[in-house]
Parts: sequence; structure tokens; C-alpha cells
Amino acid sequence: MGDSSKEGQAKPASSSRRYLLWATGAVGAVGAISVAVPFVSSMLPSARARAAGAPVEVDVSRLEPGMMVTVEWRGQPVWIVHRTQEMIEAIPKWADRLADPDSSQPLQPAYVDKNTRAIKPDYLVLVGICSHLGCSPSEKLKAGPDSGLGADWLGGFYCPCHGSKFDVSGRVLKGMPAPNNLKVPPYRYLTDTRILVGEDSKGA
Amino acid sequence: MSSNTKTGALVQWIDERFPLTSLWKEHLSEYYAPKNFNFWYYFGSLALLVLVIQILSGIFLTMHYKPDASQAFGSVEYIMRDVPWGWLVRYIHSTGASMFFVVVYLHMLRGLLYGSYRKPRELVWIFGVLIYLCLMAEAFFGYLLPWGQMSYWGAQVIVNLFSAVPFIGEDLSIWIRGDYVVSDATLNRFFAFHVIAIPLVLVGLVAAHIIALHEVGSNNPDGVDIKKNKDPKTGIPLDGIPFHPYYTVKDIVGVVVFLMVFSIIVFFMPELGGYFLEYNNFIPADPLKTPAHIAPVWYFTPYYAMLRAVPAMFGSQFPGVVVMGAAVLIFFALPWLDRGKVKSIRYRGPRYKAALAGFIVSFVILGWLGVEPTDFLGKVPGTSLEVATLLARVFTLAYFAFFVLMPWFTANDTEKPEPQRVTW
Repeated sequence: MGDSSKEGQAKPASSSRRYLLWATGAVGAVGAISVAVPFVSSMLPSARARAAGAPVEVDVSRLEPGMMVTVEWRGQPVWIVHRTQEMIEAIPKWADRLADPDSSQPLQPAYVDKNTRAIKPDYLVLVGICSHLGCSPSEKLKAGPDSGLGADWLGGFYCPCHGSKFDVSGRVLKGMPAPNNLKVPPYRYLTDTRILVGEDSKGA
Repeated sequence: MSSNTKTGALVQWIDERFPLTSLWKEHLSEYYAPKNFNFWYYFGSLALLVLVIQILSGIFLTMHYKPDASQAFGSVEYIMRDVPWGWLVRYIHSTGASMFFVVVYLHMLRGLLYGSYRKPRELVWIFGVLIYLCLMAEAFFGYLLPWGQMSYWGAQVIVNLFSAVPFIGEDLSIWIRGDYVVSDATLNRFFAFHVIAIPLVLVGLVAAHIIALHEVGSNNPDGVDIKKNKDPKTGIPLDGIPFHPYYTVKDIVGVVVFLMVFSIIVFFMPELGGYFLEYNNFIPADPLKTPAHIAPVWYFTPYYAMLRAVPAMFGSQFPGVVVMGAAVLIFFALPWLDRGKVKSIRYRGPRYKAALAGFIVSFVILGWLGVEPTDFLGKVPGTSLEVATLLARVFTLAYFAFFVLMPWFTANDTEKPEPQRVTW
């Protein structure tokens, strides 16, 4: 387009040239964003990490009332307790001995009941790691003096490391070294007796 | 540099191909800095020195360190015990990390004292705050690498902050970790960020910081513009002296004193009572065992105290995360919040002086509260509120009040008149 005698003097670009500049820039930007996708995606969990962190399916049809089974999910012990009718009835009796009876701390998914801390009261699903120093508490599901925790023990969990006690919903008693209730992982029912730990209706 | 010597001929040969002499003049021998720089003006060059120390010691650490969750802790112990002089290189690097923040906090305070962020130095300040953000990222990523208990759980706590972001939080934190928990994938990428990504950005920002500074010229303890009074013949500011040799020589004094302090720490107290190296970090990371008390290293504790002070709202930690982020980002707004007519604390009125004192006190007390567990001062009598949490809330408000109220207390202050020329 050159009038070379006016060298060094900027001429306003014609509208078609400006359009081409913008179009080229836009195509370049699309290309740059497209190339960024694989790099950003490469930071997502790898296939190996996804496999190791996959949800765990548990069949509870053969779990008798009063029994507990432990499965591993993402390197953590997860307990599934088939609660007896007595255990369920004991839940409200604990209330005045608990630090956080209404589960005000966000340690459970929103869809579990605040007192039974379960979707169905019969089956409790808990991450078995003490909120104090991360030991794994022992089950003391039997009530009464046989538990070794006194005659007024209503059944729950006891951490051998520093003596924290939890009720049958994993709620911590007052004055314990553990500051919080035990964690409830995300889970959902595939059928009445098959539980998928680690994934709820929203996904993992 | 005369061109009739061999050296002169070489310089001339280079100058015809690369602007060596003109760069030297522009940034050193003919960069005219105000002649009244004081103690506070050491910390810029010291920050540059610590950056060099960190890069050099870091290069030698990467020769022996293994960014692998099963080997990382062991490789650090290997550096400490088996690598010749490895203990020295590592202690230099760990001490350098803390001293970087000491120097940078004093450098930032200098800016607050003398109004160095004011027009026309807004971009110098903004580049500086970006450097501060990079330093925080660098410190955070680097802290995971020894793979000790505090490394692990500190990273766990900080990455979980991102999961408090509404809607995308959970996916965001998984993306950052590259796994559902802090793991080998997290360690490997934090290593990449720590040794290459952030340092590249950091070096670029430092260059931009200095180029912007040399474009507008340095501020000084009087806050007056030395370019207003130039020698009519030479055009050189009457109150300016060449950076080299005058300030290079002055800065060497600062470097010597700084290196004395630095060496005393490296050789006699590298852990500095648990403040520079936390005791819990001498225990290998254990994903199944949380330490009783998780505290970040001292330079993050003011912000950590703010995070803990903000109560969870609507069952979410997010408000605390927002407050913590805002506490850092609000520094960007400083040049536009200050309406004072004078720059330097020497001529500021009592309101600014009181506000700045309050800000410094708040920052230090928040830093102290952030080191301790929240229950260390007991509870407010008759309530379940912890004294430390109450204090943290009060001083968080004071911290933000310094910025938010600044347009008012600076606009209506009884300032003293600035002098025409710099004083001593």
C-alpha cells in the first residue's frame, strides 16, 4: 500500500487490513487456548490415581445387626455398622454427653441425618480415623459394663491412643482429646443392601 | 573507559553489538539516586542478594533431592548426613527462605513509611506486590518438598482452602493436588512449581520492578522529587548521586552486616527455636496421623490467624478464605487509597502516624496469634469464645481499617510542609 516517500509516517490501516489483523489474532487466541487444554488437563488425577481413589462397593446383605465391617477407601479405613434397634434407640440418649450432638461441624454430607449421621439409621458409614491425632478407634458397640467403659456406656467407639470416646453415630463425647466428631464419607445406596462408598448422587 | 587500551577496545567492540556501556550507565554509574538514603534503603538490595542465595543454594539441593513421596524425606536426610557440605547448603536455603521474608517485610514497611508507592511509583509498587505473591507461592510449594509432617498437613490445610470455594471448590482442589489426597502427584508438581515455574516469573518480575523504578527514579526519606531541582548545565538532579559507586559501596556495608546475622543463624541456630524449621517437620509425612497443632511458618501466620478468626458462615469456610486473600490483595490498592499531600512519615500528620502504628501492631499480633493454638489464652469468662479468637478478630478489623479508612484519615490530616530539597 506503500507510498515509500512518506517513510516512517504511520498510515491508518484500512478497515479490511484491521479486520484481517483481528481475525488472525482471534484464530491465534483460539489455538493458544486449545493448546492449553492438554496441559491443564494433565494436572488432573492420572488413571492410576483415579483407580486408587475409586469408590468402593460394599454388600451389606450378610452383615448381621450389631456387626461391623471395615473397608479401605482412599487409604483410609471406612466402617460400616449394621446398627441394632437398641443402638438406634440409644442415639438420643447420648445427646447431653456430646460435644456436638447436632453435628454442626461440616464433617458429614448434607444428606445424612444430623443425629443418626446416616442416610438410613440402620447402616452407619464412618471414616474410622480419630479427629485427634488420626489413630483408628476400636469398636465398643456393646453397651454396659462388659465394654470396659463403665456401666453407663451406651455403645460406641473408643480410641485406645488417647482415650477419646464416640457414640454410636461417631459423635465425640464432651471433654475428650478429640475436638470433632468422626467424618462421614460421601456414599449412596445402589440397592437396599449395596452401598457405594466415596460417591454420592453428585459424583465423587 | 578509554578506547586506546585493550580493555577499552574490547568494550567498544561489545558496545557496537550490545548496549553494555549504556546499560551500565543507565542503571548504575549514571542512575542518580537521592543522596539522603538511610538504613531502610538497604532492604531492596538485600532482597536481591537473598534471591541469588536461594537460587544458587536451590540448584545444589536439586542435585541430591528426590521429588518422590517414598524418597523425598530420606533424600533430605541424605543431604543432611551424607552429601559433603549438604547440611550447609540446606541450612542456607532454609534460613534464606525466612530471611527473604524478613527483608521483604522491612522493604515493604519502608514503602509505607516514605510513601514509595505513591504517584508516579504505582507500577513499582504493583510489581513489588506481585513479587510478594510469588514469594508466598514459592515458600508454600517449597515447604511441601521435605515431606515432613508439617509439610504434608500444611499443604493439606492450604489446598483444602480451595475446596471451600463455592461450586467448583472440590474439583479445583483435586486439580491442584492431582489426587484426592496430598500425594506423590502433588509433591512432584509442587517441585516443578518451586524450582522452575515460580522462579522464572519471580526473576521476570524483579527485572520489571527495577526497570520501572529506574524509569521514575527512587523515592527518598523526605518523599520529595529530586528531579524538580536539576543542575541547569548537566541536567543531573542536584540532590542525586550516582548509584555506583556511592550506593554500591553503601550496600556492601549492609550486605556484610546481613551476612553476619545470616551466618550466625545458619551455623548456630538453623531451626531458630522452631520458627525457621518446625520440629514436626523432622517426622516423615504420615497421611493417617494429624499433628496435634498445625501452624504455618512464621511469615504466613498473620494471614493464618485471620483465616481462623473468621467464623464459618452457612457451613462454609469460604468467608475466612476470602478475608485471608483480601488481606494480601488489598496491598495492590494502596497507591489509590492514600490521599495525603505529602509522602514521607516525616511530614505526615498524627492520624497517619497513629494508623500506621496500629497497622504494624495488628500485623505483629496477628503473626503471634497465628503461631499458637486458638485455645492458648483460654476462654472469655462466661462464654465459649476463645480469647485468642476474639483478639484475632479485633486485629483483623484493625488491619483492614488501615486500608479501608485510609482515604479519610489521609485526606484530613494536619501534615507538615515538605521541604524543597532533601534533608538528612
